[in-house]
Amino acid sequence: MIPTAAFLALAALLFALGVLAFFVKKDLLTQFMAVEIMLNAGNLAFLALARSLGKPDGQAVVLFVITAAAAEAVVGLAIIVLVFRRRKAVRTDDLKELRG
Amino acid sequence: MAWIVFIVLSVLCVGSVAAMILSRNAAHNALFLVLAFAALGGLFGLLDAPFAAAVQVLVYAGAIMVLFLFALMMFDLRRPAPPDKPGFRLALTLVLALVLLGEIALALARLVRGGGGPGGAPGHDVGRLGALLFTDYLYAFEITSLLILAALVGALALAGKKEGA
Repeated sequence: MIPTAAFLALAALLFALGVLAFFVKKDLLTQFMAVEIMLNAGNLAFLALARSLGKPDGQAVVLFVITAAAAEAVVGLAIIVLVFRRRKAVRTDDLKELRG
Repeated sequence: MAWIVFIVLSVLCVGSVAAMILSRNAAHNALFLVLAFAALGGLFGLLDAPFAAAVQVLVYAGAIMVLFLFALMMFDLRRPAPPDKPGFRLALTLVLALVLLGEIALALARLVRGGGGPGGAPGHDVGRLGALLFTDYLYAFEITSLLILAALVGALALAGKKEGA
């Protein structure tokens, strides 16, 4: 059986990569995908600890995270589509009027 | 055997996320992410969570990423993104990500060293999960359905508007 620590290390690495992608990338869609990566890293940690504690509670939490992520993706994409329609831009470099 | 599967899946997952960071094409990014989520589904299966694995592949790799691709089709992608100059921002981001990784690793190391808990019966029984979902987590479950309805109506209200209306 693979130790929980290996899964937790993978989850940490994925989360850090998600943060890196979020700040390196400059278009809204890819940044949104980076958020999904971070959510999935959290899910992996939840499942690893659920197995190590022998309780299915972690799996229930993962289901809630996935549904919340789906709802978030729907609303977020709708907002991005709206921004694109109005401004004809999805790159954050083109959308910085709020900058002082 | 399990180690081989774990290593292959985790390399696939981390590799496709890294490829997503390096790639400049948003459509390629979405496809890399499908690969990463499919590999994560395999890892979930390895963790005795077959239901979470199935949901991961169906909802994440299937529904959510297809939604991303649909949204992508609404944007003008013919104009390729200009190459951004590496510099201060990238260095700062790398430092931030590394510090965060170290911090999480430290916290997790403490957690693992503190004993992994009793390690009781394996929780790969979908029946147990279903029972739990409809007893202890009943309120959360019902609120989730409300959340999805709100997201559905909200998305329609936002994106369904006609131009200038």
